[in-house]
Amino acid sequence: MTISKFARMAFSWLTVILFMLSVPISARADEVLVSAAASLTDVLGDIGKAYQLKSKHKLALTLGPSNFLARQIDEGAPADIFFSADLAQMDLLEKNGRLEPGTRRNLLSNQLVVIVPANSKLSVASPKDLMKPEVKKIALADPAAVPVGVYTSKYLADEGLWNKVKPKIVPVLDVRATLASVESGNVEAGFVYKTDAAISQKVKIVFEVPIEKGPKITYPLAIVRESKKKEAARDFMNYVLGSTGKAAFKKYGFVVLD
Amino acid sequence: MIFSVETWHITVFSLAVGLASTLVILPFGVALAWLFARRDWPLKSIVETIVLLPLVMPPVSTGLILLKIFGRRNPIGQWLYDRGIEVVFNWKGVLIAMAVMSFPLLVRSVRTSFSEVNPRLEQIAATLGASGLRIFFVITVPLAYKGIVAGALLAFSRALGEFGATILLAGNIPGRTQTLSLAIFNFVQTGKDPEAYVLLGITVSLAFVFVWCSEWLLRAGKKA
Repeated sequence: MTISKFARMAFSWLTVILFMLSVPISARADEVLVSAAASLTDVLGDIGKAYQLKSKHKLALTLGPSNFLARQIDEGAPADIFFSADLAQMDLLEKNGRLEPGTRRNLLSNQLVVIVPANSKLSVASPKDLMKPEVKKIALADPAAVPVGVYTSKYLADEGLWNKVKPKIVPVLDVRATLASVESGNVEAGFVYKTDAAISQKVKIVFEVPIEKGPKITYPLAIVRESKKKEAARDFMNYVLGSTGKAAFKKYGFVVLD
Repeated sequence: MIFSVETWHITVFSLAVGLASTLVILPFGVALAWLFARRDWPLKSIVETIVLLPLVMPPVSTGLILLKIFGRRNPIGQWLYDRGIEVVFNWKGVLIAMAVMSFPLLVRSVRTSFSEVNPRLEQIAATLGASGLRIFFVITVPLAYKGIVAGALLAFSRALGEFGATILLAGNIPGRTQTLSLAIFNFVQTGKDPEAYVLLGITVSLAFVFVWCSEWLLRAGKKA
């Protein structure tokens, strides 16, 4: 082997090594932080696992009530994607200029249902049946603040029932607290999302608010304008909007709109 | 498996940040408690009340105030952010939330134990020529140390149970800012009650041990 040939080989090796070293710099692996409504925990966990198998990016979730999450992003919290269970929270951030223009999609919908304890004899053929005297208390996530509560009060108001049902309403923290109070039998009925009713064996659905009659329930998502990982955020959002993502949402009982 | 890696991770993380927060507030709490117990100064009652407020305010509203202060829209939050110090959605946020929420318990307990130290002993030390700082470390603190440790344990227990301020300031990110309380919330939210009960068991056991030790020290302190 001549010296020049050796030098050429060494040089090409060096090129290969330098190229390999440069790859992680040009194609940076980022961790996308999705600020998501607590009701999306399981489905996003599944999607995230599948996504990380095929992508160089990683996924992290921060979970809580949508109004908390919107508040955090409004104060500049470093989330990359906001996935709300409520249009109002997303609208607020859009109005305040916190969203990356053109990235918002109204992706999912859910259905309001009336649940009762699994062993209850109560039948609810229409929302008017909630006026029955045997229904003494109805659990509902805070109708002043939490999306599911807001939707339910609006639906009952449209049916002309809100003022009559209101004295029976026990405002609770959120959907899970509603489920827990119905499970325990401390209330006769409660309003939750269909996807939430599905996770408890101790409650049953007695009435489904028809999608066209009920208020439109929408889960929008968007990239946060101040995100420092927009490329990765876009990549994950495309995955969520793709066939794998949509199939996962349907599996968990969501209605996919987009 | 019930005692999964995640369970251990969450428990160790909560204990570590709780301990760090207690150590951070300890010197300030002891100094402030001494000022409350031994000195009269203008607006003292106002300051005392402000320090106690997190004890009675809804934790969520304390969290909201902390989020306003440490968020990027606030000059303080922006200043920290420019220096690469992120508080929101970070373990430092967990620490701050725990520190603020447990501070009143520490101050209150330590203040009581300082009040129980006979001031005459301090006066005698002063007549013998000891400096103020020397009296504090040689007379006051040794006589009150059980109360100080009891207060620190109580503050630590409160820190472990912190939820409302933490979820607002630090978020609820599994593996990064998720404490025992936040993980219990998440498991309940997603209908995973058995997992929630495991963490609940850990939380109750830890809280029982620390609160019991704290009470025991206080009783022992009274007898001495």
